[in-house]
Amino acid sequence: MSAPKGKSDSARAIGLEVSLAIAEAVKLAEAEVVAAYPITPQTHIVEHLSELVANGELTAEYVPVESEQSAMSACIGAAAAGARTFTSTSSQGLLLMAEMLYIASILRLPIVMAMVNRAISGPINIWNDHSDAMSVRDCGWIQVFAETGQEAVDLTIMSFRIAEDPGVLLPLIVNLDGFTLSHFIEPVILPEAAEVRRFLPPYETAHKLDIQNPLSLGALGGPEIYTEARRALDLALTGAKPRIQRVFDDFAKVFGRQYKLVETYRTEGAETILVTMGSISETAMTAVDEMREAGQKVGLVRLRLWRPFPVEEFRAAVAGAKNLAVIDRAMILGFPEGPVATEIRALLYHEKNRPHMTNFILGLGGRDVPRSHFKHIVERVRELGASGRQGRYELVGVLE
Amino acid sequence: MSAKTIVTTEALMKVGDLPLGLTVQPGSTVDFKTGDWRSALPVLDREKCSYCGFCYVYCPDGVYQDMGPEKYYKPDLDYCKGCGVCAHECPKKCIQMVIQEV
Amino acid sequence: MKSAEVQFEKVTAKTFPKGPDSLAPGHRACQGCGEVLALRLMVKALGLDFMAVSATGCMEVCTSPFPQSAWRMPWIHVAFENAAAVAGGVDAGNVIRRRKGKMPDRRIPVVAFAGDGGTADIGLQALSGALERYHENLVYVCLDNEAYMNTGIQRSSATPFGASTTTSPAGKVSKGQNTWKKNMPAIAAAHNIPYVATASPAYHLDMMNKIRRAAAIPGPAYLHVYAPCPTGWRMKSELAVESARLAVKSRVFPLYEVIDGRYILNQKVDEPVPLGDYLKPQGRFRHLSEQDIALISERVNREYEHLAKLAETFSEPSF
Repeated sequence: MSAPKGKSDSARAIGLEVSLAIAEAVKLAEAEVVAAYPITPQTHIVEHLSELVANGELTAEYVPVESEQSAMSACIGAAAAGARTFTSTSSQGLLLMAEMLYIASILRLPIVMAMVNRAISGPINIWNDHSDAMSVRDCGWIQVFAETGQEAVDLTIMSFRIAEDPGVLLPLIVNLDGFTLSHFIEPVILPEAAEVRRFLPPYETAHKLDIQNPLSLGALGGPEIYTEARRALDLALTGAKPRIQRVFDDFAKVFGRQYKLVETYRTEGAETILVTMGSISETAMTAVDEMREAGQKVGLVRLRLWRPFPVEEFRAAVAGAKNLAVIDRAMILGFPEGPVATEIRALLYHEKNRPHMTNFILGLGGRDVPRSHFKHIVERVRELGASGRQGRYELVGVLE
Repeated sequence: MSAKTIVTTEALMKVGDLPLGLTVQPGSTVDFKTGDWRSALPVLDREKCSYCGFCYVYCPDGVYQDMGPEKYYKPDLDYCKGCGVCAHECPKKCIQMVIQEV
Repeated sequence: MKSAEVQFEKVTAKTFPKGPDSLAPGHRACQGCGEVLALRLMVKALGLDFMAVSATGCMEVCTSPFPQSAWRMPWIHVAFENAAAVAGGVDAGNVIRRRKGKMPDRRIPVVAFAGDGGTADIGLQALSGALERYHENLVYVCLDNEAYMNTGIQRSSATPFGASTTTSPAGKVSKGQNTWKKNMPAIAAAHNIPYVATASPAYHLDMMNKIRRAAAIPGPAYLHVYAPCPTGWRMKSELAVESARLAVKSRVFPLYEVIDGRYILNQKVDEPVPLGDYLKPQGRFRHLSEQDIALISERVNREYEHLAKLAETFSEPSF
């Protein structure tokens, strides 16, 4: 069944702060336990959720824990009890709960977390970049990046269905940029509750603590099994990729909005391709439009799925490009390129016709990213490509 | 094409055979016999035994079994680690820890 | 209803639960481990109709080497510092699933077990949070063997004054641990939760009834359980129960309950056994002089008297 589209859709859109819209999506998903600790800029999500619980609009246990470490611990406990579980955090809070993230994934508990991306201290900074997300790159969770408020809402709803898929059963992080996305009021369509319920049935699982079937969770894995356990987790995570796309497709059938693991924008015949993640992609697309109008062959590739990395989809999306400008919102201190660029360069190593590639790092700690940055980047990547120089990050707008 | 040197493995289980989330069946340590840790063996003098059950209560490993109508408790030597708590706590001093020959 | 009035089936010598233990043998606890003894008896008292949460530590490691588990009830271990938070989460999950009709409509106690390090040090914040949040079916048990035994006998804030550990060694200019043991039950009681108690495996019926009471009372409960460790205390493997008994009889570890703020001294120790009787079989105290023992004795007695005064003063529920 197809949802109403076009005119009626836009009529249904309401202006809503994205954080509140995410909380409404969690309500529509009928999350059963929310355990969270306040941290800027995540606060509006959990404030609104506790309001929804307080008003009886969401039948859930809201567990106001005393730290993020306990937030994730309580989420693990609740998910292990078989409850649909949600939390949200940012930056320092993420680091405080980082230890538990690795455990949630090996236990295969389908917790959904909205990570409102914020720079990691120090210096202390509450504004947006992706250093928090990148710090837990390897924690075994599925990780997606939202570009718009609508996408954040849709991804939140889809996340529960992906995470709880019996063929997946993994925790999932929805990344969204702090302030620049989380605190913006955007036109958002909130799906109908009945339709969400059809798309996302109540969570039932045998993989839980159960008096009738008393399993033990969290055993010690010694040298004789640790390797196999890590391999099994990697297979589960990489194996989740087609299932994620299938959930995106099912979502499109019900709600009319189609998502892909990797999005391309005006990449047909593009000589230079920008690679982005998150909300700066909107600015980048406007810049691409302007450059295209000026006759430049520029396009954009956006990673929606970050873990598992959509290897084939990405390779296909950038095939034929001469220059690749990979944008990072975080640094790897002590390494010549940022995390996204490092991975992409590794992926392209085996390609016969590798594009020239340069890593541009920008928008750190809330530094503004205007359209002119992308125009500069496109010029720079061409220059560097022509001169054959590559392999060292360029920090856009740094004062040295 | 494959390498000539064979890699040996101490792996306990194949990747594909691992249970989801590494769950473990309840009470399955019974498969692991700790009796071979023992260097001393509890030996009961049934004449003196008053069937008080202290050995049964205080055994850290819970190895004592109630012999019911026979009115005494018997250690399961598959698990008895030979700590000697039973002998020490026996109010009638009717359990002797006897050093086992290796 | 007052917590003291909550009914539960008492364990007596006659009604002692027979049948298989809730904690299976084959676990890898050391010979003569007093901690696993306390754990075994407590879970035996609870049966199988509860969910268990372990903090990382001796009891977790020795009971759950993959692919085996000694636990016969649903059990989860996540990490070291967070047993209370995990247990709170399990309870929240159970509570909401029960409310939604996804589970049978009855209370499921969720019992967290952690060591003294996992409770008084690294887990203190998570514990305080969980007690304060008042998880309805939470029971938290600290199995106190007075040091980080799992990592090799390092001192914790629950290590008693004068004990030699691998990070508070007695030496030419040191008497071993140079601080007084953190009063963890008092910290728990300060949360004004319905039930706090100390217990000892040497007083097994008292201990088993305390955990039954803790599980029966709605609201969070905290049990502080003495857990002699022959390996870490450097004593003979048969002395676990005796050392636990002497700890009570020498006033080192008084047995008491705090029910709704009312203090009850379970074992009055009017004529304590000499402190040396308790200390001397333990290698961790071997270096102490008679003068040192006298100093410790004075403190032990003052702490006991303080408790006796609390029991005298707060003989009625406070809340």
